[in-house]
Amino acid sequence: MTAEIETEPLIKRPAPPHPLREFWYYFSDNPGAVGGLFAILVIILLALFADQVTAQSPIEIHTDAFLRPPFWEDGGSLQFPLGTDPIGRDMFSRLVHGTRFSLLIGSMVVSISLAAGISLGLIAGFARGAVEILIMRLMDIMLTMPSLLLAIVIVAILGPGLTNAMLAVSVVALPQYVRITRAAVLTELTKEYVTASRTNGASVLRLMFLTVLPNCLAPLIVQATLGFSTAIIDAAALGFLGLGAQPPTPEWGTMLADTREFMQRAWWVVTFPGLAILITVMAFNLMGDGLRDALDPKLKR
Amino acid sequence: MLRFILTRLALVIPTFIGITLLAFLLIHAVPGDPIETLAGERGIPAERHAELLHEYGFDRPLYVQYFAYIEHVLSGDLGRSLITHEPVISEFKQLFPATIELSLSAMLFAVILGLPAGILAAAKRNSILDHGVMAISVTGYSMPIFWWGLLAILLFSNTWHLTPVSGRIDYAYFPDPVTGFLLIDSLLSDQTGAFRSAVSHLILPMIVLGTIPLAVIARMTRSAMLEVLGEDYIRTARAKGLAPSLVIGVHALRNALIPVITVIGLFVGSLFAGAILTETIFSWPGVGKWLVEAINRRDYPVLQGGVLLLGCSVMAVNVIVDVLYGFINPRIRHMR
Repeated sequence: MTAEIETEPLIKRPAPPHPLREFWYYFSDNPGAVGGLFAILVIILLALFADQVTAQSPIEIHTDAFLRPPFWEDGGSLQFPLGTDPIGRDMFSRLVHGTRFSLLIGSMVVSISLAAGISLGLIAGFARGAVEILIMRLMDIMLTMPSLLLAIVIVAILGPGLTNAMLAVSVVALPQYVRITRAAVLTELTKEYVTASRTNGASVLRLMFLTVLPNCLAPLIVQATLGFSTAIIDAAALGFLGLGAQPPTPEWGTMLADTREFMQRAWWVVTFPGLAILITVMAFNLMGDGLRDALDPKLKR
Repeated sequence: MLRFILTRLALVIPTFIGITLLAFLLIHAVPGDPIETLAGERGIPAERHAELLHEYGFDRPLYVQYFAYIEHVLSGDLGRSLITHEPVISEFKQLFPATIELSLSAMLFAVILGLPAGILAAAKRNSILDHGVMAISVTGYSMPIFWWGLLAILLFSNTWHLTPVSGRIDYAYFPDPVTGFLLIDSLLSDQTGAFRSAVSHLILPMIVLGTIPLAVIARMTRSAMLEVLGEDYIRTARAKGLAPSLVIGVHALRNALIPVITVIGLFVGSLFAGAILTETIFSWPGVGKWLVEAINRRDYPVLQGGVLLLGCSVMAVNVIVDVLYGFINPRIRHMR
């Protein structure tokens, strides 16, 4: 007499959701984050199809149309939907083409500071001792200097311009990434899977990039998203001070500096570029906050 | 406690060396040698150039020059402005009170509005009030303050004529510079209306500079309060029948304030530098505007000295905040 052994468990436990699905579940629960993501997608599309969206060139000067108001005001026309600037360039076209510069600044700055920050953080976390102290002390000194002041000094040394402004902003952002990476590396290094990998004879480079780094990514992704917004706002501030992108580049901060003196006569020349900066920065901040909440295991119940 | 203060003070030295190196490199890393840089676009004959190089010691090895620079700095000699020929340090002394006045009022504004907003948002979690405070906070946090300043001038000064556009006080008033802080000096002077004028000049720059700290403080207070409100001792206090206002205002707030004070402390120093943009927009005669003008005029001694002095001021404020923080929070003091 043999009893049949039940192979099926009595209570079926649902399979754990795929990490990406779980992430989306938490992320989509946050209306601000989804709104931010949507806004960023729109901005990316505008940047890609800037030439198709706008009828006018962003740098062409219309000598017969200085400071035309937007179309809903008296004297405005749909030829220049958001009016023209003091030398007769189409505001709408300049704003739309400005998305390219903002995204370029954001992605360049984040890539440079992320790559350098991760490398320095990994070195500090793995090397310990004098190397670690040297790197971290240097980062502390950089953090003591207020970021805008440091960026201004770097641009003053390198000379004004968009490339140098991006470099300056990248350098200023560096300490955050180094600190986050090092802290994550130090926690991960105490875990057993690292010891196991070590006993298997993994080289230091393999340990750094293939074993440890993938497990440190969550806080870095969040910081990189928030880094986009700081990069855009800092580069725009440098542009506003005349140290960033130079005219006639349709970079929003530079546009503000260019048209500032006409503010009293033409409200639109200062209102729209600033609004564009605010919306872009806010979109990245909202998405960054949403990412943090969705990726932070502490907040999940 | 003494040990904590001493360790904190010991960290000042490497930071100071870092700041002096940065200021030193500022002149030496600019393309062209310092004499060419200082001579500007007019250029300089080759003979005189060699003479000057020797006279200023720029032909010595770099490290010798650095130590000579440190010696000058420590004896309070930061060179003279190329434009005004005034010693850099005395110009700084004259302008710095304006920056301190602006930064401190901005901080005060941020704390007075931000703390209650954060506490209320946490107490009424998920209410319309909470959502409103958080929406305003994320907007403020993302605000490009140079644009916010222009917008404020456009609305309050140009359209509604409520506040003056620029400066610290009307030309009609000239209170004796006793403290350098116009709010105090104008009260001490017997000119009627001087204080009123100083306040009306201060109010817009204060709001603009205080916007980002306000947003961060409100957000920080809310999340710290929410964390504390979930603790057991709060439940106990509620279970004992303590009035909700007492639970929130006394029991919870005391512990929630610790991270908030850290943020406030970190902001005070960075406000000095954040004032660069605000001062430029409002023509506020402070250190920030002075530095931006120095960049535009290629007045390198001013830029070098200004960066050094501003950097050191921020460092000093950070040390003071750290030490005060150690007094407030014993956990920090006994950490190592």
